[in-house]
Amino acid sequence: MTAVEAPPVTSPEVPAKRVPWGRYAGVAAVAVLLIGYGVVAETSFSQTIGVLALTMAIAATGWNILGGYAGQISFGHAVFFGTGMYGTTLLVTDGWSPWLTMVPIAVLAALFGVLIGLPTFRLRGHYFSIATLAIGMMVMSILPNVRPLGATDGLSVPFLDEGFWNLTFSLRDKTEYYYTALGLFAVATVVTWLFLRGKVGSYLEAIRDDEFAAAAVGVPVWRYKMYAVAMSAGLTSVAGSFHVMFVTFVDPASSSDLSLSTAIALIAVVGGAGSMWGPLLGAWLVIALQEYTRTYLSTTGRTIDLMMFGALIILVVVVDPRGLVHLIGRGYRRFVRRS
Amino acid sequence: MIDLLQALTNGVFLGAVFALAAVGLSLVFGVTNMVNFAHGDFIMLAMYVGFLCWSLAGIDPLFAIPIAAVTLALVAVLIYGGIIRPVLGSTQLAQMVVTFGLLTFLRGVVQFAFTADPRRVEDPIVGDVRIAVGGVAVTGAQLVSAVGALVATGALAWFIHRTETGRALQAVGEDPGGASLMGINSGRMYGLAWALAGVSTGVAGALLINNFGIDPLAGATFGIMSFIAVALGGFGSVLGAAFAGLLLGVVQGVVGLYLSGYTLTAALGIYLLVLVVRPQGLRGTR
Repeated sequence: MTAVEAPPVTSPEVPAKRVPWGRYAGVAAVAVLLIGYGVVAETSFSQTIGVLALTMAIAATGWNILGGYAGQISFGHAVFFGTGMYGTTLLVTDGWSPWLTMVPIAVLAALFGVLIGLPTFRLRGHYFSIATLAIGMMVMSILPNVRPLGATDGLSVPFLDEGFWNLTFSLRDKTEYYYTALGLFAVATVVTWLFLRGKVGSYLEAIRDDEFAAAAVGVPVWRYKMYAVAMSAGLTSVAGSFHVMFVTFVDPASSSDLSLSTAIALIAVVGGAGSMWGPLLGAWLVIALQEYTRTYLSTTGRTIDLMMFGALIILVVVVDPRGLVHLIGRGYRRFVRRS
Repeated sequence: MIDLLQALTNGVFLGAVFALAAVGLSLVFGVTNMVNFAHGDFIMLAMYVGFLCWSLAGIDPLFAIPIAAVTLALVAVLIYGGIIRPVLGSTQLAQMVVTFGLLTFLRGVVQFAFTADPRRVEDPIVGDVRIAVGGVAVTGAQLVSAVGALVATGALAWFIHRTETGRALQAVGEDPGGASLMGINSGRMYGLAWALAGVSTGVAGALLINNFGIDPLAGATFGIMSFIAVALGGFGSVLGAAFAGLLLGVVQGVVGLYLSGYTLTAALGIYLLVLVVRPQGLRGTR
């Protein structure tokens, strides 16, 4: 192939639309890193980190739509993650392919999101967060009493033959799980990007920055909050659907725990709430930190992963509340200016 | 009938502790306009302080109350100065997340230091006391915790509403700028609010170890009940929070009698119901 230098075709009156090469390069670099990790990661341990990180990245990307862009901080997203886990398990038990369960269950989760939004979207700031926390805990407190969902024992995903259609692969070499998770993450990111690209994204950010001002200039606040929660809940439930196929088991503690809700939110915030790459960065950092400390630095019963996670959150937020993505961006710009 | 009375009594006695815990949270919320999600874990810390007093020095939980109160006040002030003050001017998201980080950190530290195994104070002074009035029995631990909680709540309420400093505290909560113009140092008042929250959780934690087991997650329920009580009682209303805490205890007691698996569900359900009908809380004004 020969590279041809294109002559400038646009007249000075109509400036050429600037191509965001930097952004393309960034996306390409992230893609290469993520694909490369699957090649490099040979141990089951490092593959598990990859799968979990990408799963949490999908969930946190979902959270980010409502929490990061629309500014409605939810501490109850485990409800949607759990919807995905339980829903997919039940339908797979009925003979569905896991892939086919994802969208209907996501729609169900979106419906739950709208239902939760009905009473809570009237609340602002802390009150909204406390309400979502309470709803999340309420679901967790009911689940152990629900027999069709296995009560405290939970449900197991039935044994399926290995294969893509069954979303079941070898557990010895988790590379296939990793690339499936990566594909799903890519789809989730593209869907989120398309969703937020135009008017919707600007409206949500307007709601986040000042709800009253947004309403005053004609943003249908209520309706757009509903769009945000539906999309957010749906994506998070897809993460749950995938996750249950990976761990093949779901119970109240693993699906709807408060710590899961907070983990989803905190991953997004540590990475950078309201930025496209924040959830991905946060998920990798938090999951890797958690798995490493849990495996290598824990003597019997004494774990430091919680302590590290807590310290990391505090550190990031105190240094720059916009998250790691912004910290890295700041560092990068300083570096560029100096050199 | 006796069962119901007994359940009501248990509920009131538990609710008194909820009330005390909620007052501390409400104070921080009202003065600094910030939710401390680690509030329940302050109570957990206080329980471990009480446990250490007992296991290392043989101090009964009753006499550990002032020690726990002072320790927690110090811890709260240190936390305020170290990580809360830097985010005071930051977004609400940052403020909430920082206290979530604190919650995770505190649980992690305690789990590292004491492991997750449940601990217990053996043979507290009040352990053998048991009072029965017409078929309704009250244990000494219940009585002490309820009376202690009521006294502490009353003292805090008195301090906030009747003293000069307490009024200054309220003024900062209503309008920090205006309060500064009147010569009130709002930074110092924020610190004071955190210290008082430390005192209330310290007292609550030391009272609780007479009849509750101690583990790194022991504060979770009390934390949640405090948030709900504050949201139920209404923004900045200290008495509203105390009242709501009491109510939550009674609801839990009575529901536990009929549907033992649903006590938490019921308490949360009441909160959500009030939320729909009266978003500003029972006594809230905005």
